[in-house]
Amino acid sequence: MAVCIAVIAKENYPLYIRSVPTQGELKFHYTVHTSLDVVEEKISGVGKALADQRELYLGLLYPTEDYKVYGYVTNSKVKFVIVVDSSNTSLRDNEIRSMFRKLHNSFTDVMCNPFYNPGDQIQSKAFDSIVSAMMVQAC
Amino acid sequence: MESLTLSDVEQKYYSELFLSCDVDNAKKVASNGKVLDLFRSAQLSTEVVHQITELCGATRLGHFGRSQFYIALKLIALAQSGLPLRVESLNSVRDLPLPRFVMGKNDQESRHAVMYADTENQGPYSGVIPRPPARVQGKKVSAHEMIQPCVPTVDPQPDTTSPVVSPHQSPPTSPHAWRKHKRQASGGNVERQASVPGVVWPPFREAQPAPVTGDGMWSAHSPPPVQESWVSFTDTPPSSTLPMHPSSAQPESTTVRTTNENQRQGSGYDDPWKITDEQRQYYINQFKTIQADLTGLIPGSAAKEFFTKSKLPILELSHIWELSDFDKDGALTLDEFCAAFHLVVARKNGYDLPEKLPESLMPKLIDLDDSAGVPEPAPEVGFSASPVEDTPNKSPSMPSLNQTWPELNQNNEQWETFSERSSSSQTLTQFDSNIAPADPDTAIVHPVPIRMTPSKIHMQEMELKRTGSDHTHPTSPLMVKPPELPDETKLAATIKYPSATVGDGYSSSDSFSSDQEPISSAVNRQRSQSGASPEGLKVVAPPPPPPRPNASHSRSSSLDMNRTFAAVPAAGSQQAGVVAFPPAVPPRPLPTQTSMPHGHRSVEGDALPAHTSTSPQLMPEQPNFADFSQFQAFAVDPPADDGEKSDSGQAERCAEGAEMMRTVKNEVHPEERTAATVNSAKVSTPLAPPPKPVRRRLKSEDELRPDTEDLPQKSNVIATVLATQPSIPRSIGKDKKAIQASIRRNKETNTVLARLNSELQQQLKDLLEERISLEVQLEQLRPFSHL
Repeated sequence: MAVCIAVIAKENYPLYIRSVPTQGELKFHYTVHTSLDVVEEKISGVGKALADQRELYLGLLYPTEDYKVYGYVTNSKVKFVIVVDSSNTSLRDNEIRSMFRKLHNSFTDVMCNPFYNPGDQIQSKAFDSIVSAMMVQAC
Repeated sequence: MESLTLSDVEQKYYSELFLSCDVDNAKKVASNGKVLDLFRSAQLSTEVVHQITELCGATRLGHFGRSQFYIALKLIALAQSGLPLRVESLNSVRDLPLPRFVMGKNDQESRHAVMYADTENQGPYSGVIPRPPARVQGKKVSAHEMIQPCVPTVDPQPDTTSPVVSPHQSPPTSPHAWRKHKRQASGGNVERQASVPGVVWPPFREAQPAPVTGDGMWSAHSPPPVQESWVSFTDTPPSSTLPMHPSSAQPESTTVRTTNENQRQGSGYDDPWKITDEQRQYYINQFKTIQADLTGLIPGSAAKEFFTKSKLPILELSHIWELSDFDKDGALTLDEFCAAFHLVVARKNGYDLPEKLPESLMPKLIDLDDSAGVPEPAPEVGFSASPVEDTPNKSPSMPSLNQTWPELNQNNEQWETFSERSSSSQTLTQFDSNIAPADPDTAIVHPVPIRMTPSKIHMQEMELKRTGSDHTHPTSPLMVKPPELPDETKLAATIKYPSATVGDGYSSSDSFSSDQEPISSAVNRQRSQSGASPEGLKVVAPPPPPPRPNASHSRSSSLDMNRTFAAVPAAGSQQAGVVAFPPAVPPRPLPTQTSMPHGHRSVEGDALPAHTSTSPQLMPEQPNFADFSQFQAFAVDPPADDGEKSDSGQAERCAEGAEMMRTVKNEVHPEERTAATVNSAKVSTPLAPPPKPVRRRLKSEDELRPDTEDLPQKSNVIATVLATQPSIPRSIGKDKKAIQASIRRNKETNTVLARLNSELQQQLKDLLEERISLEVQLEQLRPFSHL
C-alpha cells in the first residue's frame, strides 16, 4: 500500500522509482532523496552484524504529516524505500516487512537476469508488476 | 515425398482453399477449373504452375487430391517466396508464407508470403511483397494462415529455416511439407481449415471482403499472440494481414507484416507457443553447443551471449529471460533454454512477448512433469522428439532433487549406522521428533531411517537398560549424541563431566539419568515410530536408572568408553564417582574379587582392601563395597576427610560398582567383595564386562571373567567401570533380556543407594558420637558450670 516505491543503488542513485501518480511524483522523489540521509545514518550506526536480517529492515525512517517513509537495505547496500500514505490505515510493521521482502525477492530475480547489468535502471516487467501490486493496494 | 508438414495457419488456409476449390465435394480437384485459376492467381508464371502441378503429383493423378493440392499450394508459396521449387523444401521451410493468390484470397497469402519472406530471411522475400495488389480482405485469414506456417506452430513444419540465431537450416522440403501437411491437415486442422477456406475462398471467388469474416475468425483464434514463429528470426508479422484488409497494396509489406503479426498472434490454433519437433530438436542441438550435457545448466552469461546474437533488444531479451528462467536460478535448463529460444524466435517473427510464460513453454521442473512440461503440440503435431527431450529436461530440472536423494540415502545409512551403534539413540529420537534441526538426517528422516532393525533398537534399549543399571547409561543410546557415534570419547568426556562432582557422583548420575529420561523418551518415540521395534523396547526408556554419570555412553561407545575410562583411571576418581553411579553391580565376580580385591585395591591403597574386607556387607552392591571400604578407611581419618575421600571412594566405588554392576547384571550378588575387584577388573577390561551384562543371564562365566579382569587394574576401576558399564554389549539385544537387565540395573542402583544411605547414616552416627564425647569433655573442663 505504498504511494511510492524506490530502489536506490549503492551509490545512492535510483535504480527504480515508481509513484502513484496522483500526487506530484517529484515530491516523492524528493522525499525519497531526503530519506536516504536517514538510511545512511541508520546503516552506518550499525557496525555489527551487518547481515543481520533485522538490520535489513530499517523501519520507519521518518514520518511527515502526510506520509511515512520506511527503509530497507540489502547486504549490497541497495536500498529500498517505501513511502506510505499516513491517511491509509496504518500498516502494521509486518506488512511493511513483507512488502520489503517481496521487493527484495523481485530485485534478486532481476539481478539474476544475465541481461541485466547492475546499475541499469530496472526495467523488468515482473518487477514492475510486483511493485504495482504493492502500490495498487495503497491507493 | 515425405509428408508435408504444415503449420496451423497453413493447414487452415490450405484446407480452405481446397474446400473452395473442391466445389464438388469430390475431395479432389480437377486440375482444371478453379485450381488452375487459383494457381494462376498466384501470379506465378505458367511454367511454374506446371512445375508445381508436376511436383505435387497432380499431373500424375490427373487431378488434385487434397494432398496434392496442399503440396501445390505450398509450392506456390515457395515460388512466391522466391524459393526454388523442390519437393524437399516443402517441409523444410518453416516460415514459408502462405501462398498468395491474387484474386482476393491471394492478398493475404501473398502478404503472408511476403511477410514470411521478410521474417525468414530478414527480407529476402521482400521482393515478393509488392505482390499482393488486389489483396483483399479474405486473405487475411489465409495470410494469417500463411504466416502460421512461417511460425513454427504446432504443425511440424520443417524447421529448416527456423532457428533464430542459428544457422538456417537447409531449405525446406516443401514437397514433404506438403505431404505432411496434407496428412495432418486432414487429421487435425480440418476444422480450422474448413473455417478458413470458407472465409478465404469466397473472397477468392468473389473477391469479396470475406476476409472480414476471416479476420473475425482469425481474431478469434488469436489468443496466444505468438505462435512460435518459426525459428527464423525473420518473421513476417502475421498480423499484418489484418490491416491489409482494406486492400491497400503498398503498405502491404508493412501492413502485411503487421497483420501477419496480428494474425499470428491471433491464430490460436492450438497453442501457438508449442514447440514443434523440429524446433525442439534444433533447440536441443543449440543447447548442446553451449552445454554438452543435456541435463546440465547453461549459465546466465553463456545464455546471454547466445541470445544476444539474435539481435533482439536487450530489454526484450531480459524479458525473455525472466519468462524462461523458471526456477530463477540464473541458469537455463534444457527446458528453459528451449522456452527462451522459442520466445526469441517468436519475437523475431514479430510476436509479442507474453506477459507470462505460456503453459507449453513451462519447463518441466521435475521429472514428473515431463509430460506436462513439454509443450504438447497439437495433436497433429507429432512431437516425437518431445519424450526424448523431456527426459533430458527432467534431469536438469531436477538436479537439486536428485541431489537430495542421495543425501537422503546417505542419511538413511547414517541412521542405520546410528541405530546399530546404538549410541544414536539420541539421534534416533531427534530424528523422530524432527526437532533435531541441524541434523540433516533428522530433516530427512522419515520412517525409513528411524526404522531400525528391531534388533538394533532393541539392543539399544537393552543397552539403555544396562547402562541404566550400570553406573550410568553409558550406552544409553539416549545419551549418546546423535550424530556421532564416535562420540564415545565424547561420551567419556561427558561422563567425566558429571563425575566432576564427585560428591555428587550419584547426583550427577542423577542428572544423567534425567537426561537419559528425556532421551529415553525420545528413544521411545523413535521406537514407536520405527514401529519395527518391539513394544518392549519402548519400555526401555524405562525410568532412566539412577543417573548414570556416563550418560553419553552409547552402546558402541560404551566399549570405547571402557577404553577411555581405562585410560583415565585415576582421573576418574571423581568421575568415577559419577560414572560409577550405576547401581553397584552385584559382585558378580566374587571369586575373582576375592582374589583381586587386594590387588585392585592397591591402587586405592589400603583402603580398598579394607573395603574389601568390609565389603562383605556390601556384597549385594559391589560398587558399594569399594565405596564402603574406602569410606570406612576414611572414616578412620578425620571425619573431614571422609567427605572427600568418600567422594573419591565413592567414585571408585561407583566405578567399581559400575563394573560390578555390569558384571553383575545377573543375580550374582553374592560376589560383593569381588565387586570391587570386579570393578577394577572390569575397568581393565572394559570390553569384557560390557558384553557380559547382557549375557549374564546366559552364562555365569561371564561374571567370572570380569573378575579375573579386575585384577589387573584397580586404578582404572572407576573408569573401567564406567566404561564397561556403558559398553554393555547390546549385541545380545533381546527384549526380554534387556528388560531384565534393566531391572537388574535398577536393583543394583537401588542397592547402591541403599548402601550409600547406610554409610551416610553411619557417618552421622559417628559424628554424633563425637559430638557427645566433645560435650562431655567440655563439661569436664568446665566443672564450674555445674556450680
